[in-house]
Amino acid sequence: MENQFSQERKNSEVIVVTSGKGGVGKTTTTANVGTGLAKLGKKVCLIDTDIGLRNLDVVMGLENRIVYNLVDVVEGNCRVKQALIRDKRHPGLYLMPSAQTRDKSAVSPGQMVKVIEHLKEQFDYIVLDCPAGIEQGFQNAIAGADRALVVTTPEVSAIRDADRIIGLLEANGFKQMELIINRLRMDMVRRGDMMSAQDVVDILAIPLIGVIPDDENVVVATNQGEPLVGSSSPAGQAYANVVLRVQGKEVPYLNFDRGISFWTRVTGIFHKA
Amino acid sequence: MRHFFRRKSSCQIAKDRLKILLISDRVNCSPEMMELIKTDIAKVISKYMKIDSDNMEIQINTKGSKGRGKMPSLYASIPIVDVSAQDVAK
Repeated sequence: MENQFSQERKNSEVIVVTSGKGGVGKTTTTANVGTGLAKLGKKVCLIDTDIGLRNLDVVMGLENRIVYNLVDVVEGNCRVKQALIRDKRHPGLYLMPSAQTRDKSAVSPGQMVKVIEHLKEQFDYIVLDCPAGIEQGFQNAIAGADRALVVTTPEVSAIRDADRIIGLLEANGFKQMELIINRLRMDMVRRGDMMSAQDVVDILAIPLIGVIPDDENVVVATNQGEPLVGSSSPAGQAYANVVLRVQGKEVPYLNFDRGISFWTRVTGIFHKA
Repeated sequence: MRHFFRRKSSCQIAKDRLKILLISDRVNCSPEMMELIKTDIAKVISKYMKIDSDNMEIQINTKGSKGRGKMPSLYASIPIVDVSAQDVAK
């Protein structure tokens, strides 16, 4: 344990999961991408940066194990290591919870960068769950990150906010931004009542890294406090593909506009892998 | 079949709305400012010709360009009532 921590890791990656609009699946995506990376043997630290409205601990099922949080670390009430909760189900997976009784002004972007720099020495991936909005919470979350996953749903409001966020990320010097389209319903796309993944990519014009179908198993998984990445459910498989792409692996893009061949091909990929 | 073929799909409506919405979001131009630009353009043009300012339209568009960071341009459609009506020299 102590050994693992002192080990220097040079090429760690800091990824922020953001969206602008609330309720599109940032926290679910953070939990699943982080858990998926840990399942592949990576050392992963998830950080909940939503101070005052923490959720990642609940989605991860770790809410009962919180002692210290991000604000305690920043204020020097504890050491970084003391605030990290180890996920016993996945070796190498840790969570830094947010404070529930404080507000966003309790942490500054500079302090976030310091905490992340410290964590970089111990982890392969640091995944930050960004709060909704574009205020200080957003600035805190993106401060130490070098890559962004922008989550949206195929709805006008979510896409508009995602576009705004992409503009702000560009203005903050982000070079690597990738799009996750969440809650896609193929039946509605076929009827012409929902924008397809391609439509959304055309509008937002950043590289696509994942399409997550609308799947009731996500709710079940959240109820149970266990991310569904890698399970046989449609969303679980889609998240597993995202995890592979995050690591730079080429997972062939599926034809999302054909319902039947879509899932046949998804499962096809998994049999091969 | 009813008017199945004639009705625009809600997906298409969403795409059309977003196209306009994002352009004005990206150039950071409020509807109020667009209105001011419109009245100013009308004022200038009507010095030279008689125009129908009520049916005039202006729009910021990125016609023919794809992707982010492409140059938006301002399109104005101004119906001319009478070209020679006003005394230019005045």
